[in-house]
Amino acid sequence: MDTSTPRSRTEISGGAHVSRKHDSAHKHVTGSADYIDDMPEPAGTLHGYLGLSDRAHARIPSLDLNAVRASEGVVAVLTGADVPGVNDISPSGRNDEPVLAEGKVLFHGQPVFAVIAETRELARRAAKKAVIGYEDLPHVTDVRAAMDANYPLVTDPLKLERGDIEAGLAAAPLRLKGEMRIGGQDHFYLEGHIAFAIPGEDDEVTVWSSTQHPSEVQHMVAHALGTVSNAVTVQVRRMGGGFGGKETQSNQFAAIAAIAAKKLNRPVKIRPDRDDDMIITGKRHDFVVDYDVGYDESGVIHAVDASFAARCGFSSDLSGPVTDRALFHADNCYFYQDVRLVSKPMMTNTVSNTAFRGFGGPQGMLGGERMIEEVAYALGRDPLEIRKANFYGGEGRNVTPYHQTVEDNIIGRIVEELETSSDYQARRAEIIDFNENSPVIRRGIALTPVKFGISFTATWYNQAGALVHVYQDGSIHLNHGGTEMGQGLNTKVAQVLAEEFQVDLDTIRITATTTGKVPNTSATAASSGTDLNGMAAANAAQQIKTRLVAFASEKFSVPAEQVEFIPNHVRIGNELMAFGDFIKLAYQARIQLSAAGFYKTPDIHWDRASGKGRPFYYFAYGAAVSEVSVDTLTGEYQVDRVDVLHDTGRSLNPALDIGQIEGAFVQGMGWLTTEELWWDDEGRLRTHAPSTYKIPLASDRPKIFNVKLADWAENREPTIRRSKAVGEPPFMLPISVLEALGMAVASIADYQVSPQLDAPATPERVLMAVERLKALVADAEMSGKDGADA
Amino acid sequence: MAHTHRTSIRFRLNDQTVELAGFAPDLTLLDWLRLDRRLTGTKEGCAEGDCGACTVLVGRIDNGLLSYETVNACIRLVGSLDATHVVTVEYLNRPDGELSAVQQAMVDNHGSQCGFCTPGIVASLHALWLAEPNPSEADIERQLQGNLCRCTGYEPIVKAAIAAAATLPDADNDRLVAAYDATTEALATFADGARVTIEHERGTTFVPGDLDDLAVLYEAHPKATIVAGSTDVGLWVTKHMRDIAPVIHIGHLEELKQISVDDAGITLGAGVSYTSARGALVSVFPQMAELWDRIGGEQVRNMGTVGGNIANGSPIGDTPPPLIALGASVTLRKGGNRRTLPLADFFIEYGKQDRQPGEFVESVFVPALEKDAFFAVYKISKRRDEDISALCGAFHVITDAEGVVTSARIAFGGMAGTPKRAQAAEAALTGRPWRWDTIQAARLALADDYQPLSDWRASADYRMLAAQNLVIRFFLESCGAPARIERHPALAEA
Repeated sequence: MDTSTPRSRTEISGGAHVSRKHDSAHKHVTGSADYIDDMPEPAGTLHGYLGLSDRAHARIPSLDLNAVRASEGVVAVLTGADVPGVNDISPSGRNDEPVLAEGKVLFHGQPVFAVIAETRELARRAAKKAVIGYEDLPHVTDVRAAMDANYPLVTDPLKLERGDIEAGLAAAPLRLKGEMRIGGQDHFYLEGHIAFAIPGEDDEVTVWSSTQHPSEVQHMVAHALGTVSNAVTVQVRRMGGGFGGKETQSNQFAAIAAIAAKKLNRPVKIRPDRDDDMIITGKRHDFVVDYDVGYDESGVIHAVDASFAARCGFSSDLSGPVTDRALFHADNCYFYQDVRLVSKPMMTNTVSNTAFRGFGGPQGMLGGERMIEEVAYALGRDPLEIRKANFYGGEGRNVTPYHQTVEDNIIGRIVEELETSSDYQARRAEIIDFNENSPVIRRGIALTPVKFGISFTATWYNQAGALVHVYQDGSIHLNHGGTEMGQGLNTKVAQVLAEEFQVDLDTIRITATTTGKVPNTSATAASSGTDLNGMAAANAAQQIKTRLVAFASEKFSVPAEQVEFIPNHVRIGNELMAFGDFIKLAYQARIQLSAAGFYKTPDIHWDRASGKGRPFYYFAYGAAVSEVSVDTLTGEYQVDRVDVLHDTGRSLNPALDIGQIEGAFVQGMGWLTTEELWWDDEGRLRTHAPSTYKIPLASDRPKIFNVKLADWAENREPTIRRSKAVGEPPFMLPISVLEALGMAVASIADYQVSPQLDAPATPERVLMAVERLKALVADAEMSGKDGADA
Repeated sequence: MAHTHRTSIRFRLNDQTVELAGFAPDLTLLDWLRLDRRLTGTKEGCAEGDCGACTVLVGRIDNGLLSYETVNACIRLVGSLDATHVVTVEYLNRPDGELSAVQQAMVDNHGSQCGFCTPGIVASLHALWLAEPNPSEADIERQLQGNLCRCTGYEPIVKAAIAAAATLPDADNDRLVAAYDATTEALATFADGARVTIEHERGTTFVPGDLDDLAVLYEAHPKATIVAGSTDVGLWVTKHMRDIAPVIHIGHLEELKQISVDDAGITLGAGVSYTSARGALVSVFPQMAELWDRIGGEQVRNMGTVGGNIANGSPIGDTPPPLIALGASVTLRKGGNRRTLPLADFFIEYGKQDRQPGEFVESVFVPALEKDAFFAVYKISKRRDEDISALCGAFHVITDAEGVVTSARIAFGGMAGTPKRAQAAEAALTGRPWRWDTIQAARLALADDYQPLSDWRASADYRMLAAQNLVIRFFLESCGAPARIERHPALAEA
């Protein structure tokens, strides 16, 4: 710490609720932020590469790796038989995900062996030389095909039920049924997966892993090595993006690197090429939603019976909780009187799908919004009216399908404010006028809301730890169980700590996440990073402060209430002391200046078997209005304007929160528009690089993009400084883009027919939807003509 | 012709002079920077020139002037760097060590989140900052087409680019400006016209001294891989680990970079990059502007060449459809012999072109548009920018005073195994009045011209339907009716 800097006594620099830059921003822009592949390699470092299945489903009667072994620079070749512990990295504990496949492969691209060589290039070249014998078995890649083929479920399904669905559907005046197909999504973190294992004494190993979940990597490495967790240390300073793709998917690379490092007693690094990364690692689940909706003439939904079938891939991974979360969000902001929601986590011969920002929630919510859209078009009404008619609120209309009462509902106010600030009604009227006179270009606008449940639905994950040291000179070392992947978690937690100690932010050093400092951590996931780790860090600070107050009170004989942490100083009675000076005194008085903080979310519980509980501590809300233009000759489109109003409670860092919202919006827009995963008939994923898999560019972002925080919002629960989680909720705001595209399409049939635009709405899907409506209009005109003739 | 010979290449890396010999013919600039020089600020995101995390600046003297362009280091071969100045993110800060205008604006506007794309974005924006004192949003978007960011949604990055423009580059705030004269002098010294031969156990790299030397070398090594921008060959290396030796680099050859425009049309040397071609080409064919700005990203346009786009024979190359529709011809050279043929005839079938061993594409001639001609080219892709065509259609129709079509030349990419003319549709138009019913006939005739495939870019049904609808778009536009989404309408009005 630079003690020569004069420190303010009136206000700290970088406390809570102020916009501060990302703690690594300076390093990012100068190229000096180190990612794992940038770390200096110790002498003797070897490099691993994986050999992949090129069949979607087959037995492997023969595996000839002689040419691989003989290849230049090769030091070792590993197969499943070389795994010293258990050949399994399934995070679900179902023992259904081998580190390296043995005897049988279940998807195209499944790792079968690993080659370790002197350089990465030599390892890569060698990996190509394997001769794998296959006996093909029938394969299924598509969700519907898996259901038709009676493929198994990868995990137990969930049912959420409330009321009497049969009676509710039967009694509803109007009814509609339909199917929606929702595509998956590749994370496309810019930094691909990487693991770097450095062997230690005895059974010890240290693994640098690009992971959101160091504790799980630690457990999996120990499991695969056949040792215990205290032998394994997992570290990560930062990731080049995660988005859920590094929650469980890091396990495989880490396990193989660690096995090789221990076997050869040399450091081993594994970093797949981008194409292989995209082939080997899981993605967002594709879904097929089947829905049956009972409603009335005013647009109020009476009953919803829906199933959510997901492409889970070959193993369970996180598909259970992902498909659960889809059901938890199928209601979005809407009350269903009678409801039955079931999940179908289908096995397929594809890579095992995994966590991705929203964790099934977006697919569930999109299914729910499709139902709203269908009701609106069936009644010839603006979908926004139907939304408002179904919002939670009012007597007996506040209970979710999982029997949690919605207590913090602010969606009405958010939608009302956004509708006004975006001038929604006037713009919609103008667009309808425009479309009447525009034969080729059609426009659309939509306002969609978001309500997203915050907490891991596996209740025990809702805990966190932090380790805070105050050194003799008053500088502070911060460590916590969360991982930094760009979201600014470290910055926010440091701000919390600065606020607690009332010191400037630059007093605090953020350090790499390591299982050796904070144990038994949960994944940095479910938007929970700041909620959990911020509270744990605050708890650690409070422990230290309690000791410091007791010390000062005793030493200076003042009541404890008269010891106060004020900006960069401590006030003790009438004395004012610089924070650093005070700490030095405390140290000399042998006060413990280090604390392990802990936090567990209160008041949550969930009984999966009965489908009842309070899985979510609170909900985060938001809404967006999107306007688009569509070329009805080609299906090409652009997003002309987006207005967002989003609830982050009392934001800890408004600039970072807005960054999360804008980024989530564009990422979610990509999911719903140009990002398409495409498997061929052989079960090969053919969109496995940025040349074929198209995430949004700068030129795809909305031409006008107004993002505002609901600055009046405050979390009604006592979260960290009354803020709310922000990572995932805004990801669902661009459902408004899909629906605006749908409106432009629906203009073809004068908004009387639901456009039923599936996701991703590529130009092809948009054009085909246009064609479907054109054909319906032509048929209607034809039959109208026939009628006139008759 | 006599040439001096060298066995090493010479270039500048940031503030150092580098002399390299004995490197592999497939050594990429990115691997060399990261593994050999330990300059790890430049990242590998995709190793195929699509994500831009590896973006660096390469300075080269062009017509006597030193200028810097962004390139993808991941697919740039080290052998192409003779007489250049390679600038990495580590050298983009100010001479006094403070953040550059671009870097500071990125920090101030929260333009980085995970930070992995950031060095590449900083490099791209730095190049824009040097070249364009007052960039529009359209300029910034175009500059960033080859830079993916998965965290920010780009909004703060675009704001940073605008904010950076408030500071103009000068010798005090930019190392490249400060060292401009010295670098120019150094590069001029390096470019001595010698043939460079680099031997390595994996094969030989040749850097010919001039065009005639290229002809000699290629005739002697007809199986060599000719590398201009390496936007395609780079992937043979990084993705397929294909043996490309021996390699002959041509990206530096002045004779292949010539552009000449006269009343007859425009001639482009085979080594003219998309970026270099843009000004002259768009001045003759303003209808090409949109397509041109949608070829790859800026880095790929800086590296890739029209000649390479033709020579590699891809059925989905962006330039052949419009060039065929315009009646372009291509000149091939082998040793001292040249021959010229219509571009349409160059593409024989998928993977096969009319090019003999040892023969290379030397230039392309595109005749100017006739009076009373309508011409347009439309690219359809899943993502608007930096995507490969699902299909690309070019239309060139001439009508007489009575409005009867006297000539129709239509070519599509993505509809067959080669870029191919739509002869049935052309026949349906020729000799017919330019009106709606004629258009409908041509539209239907496309089904006789093409049997497109289904793949991850588009289904066969979509390709056919969109191709047919493009005939309508062309007709509407020829009548002055709006038939396309307007980009940046607010900016266009301003």
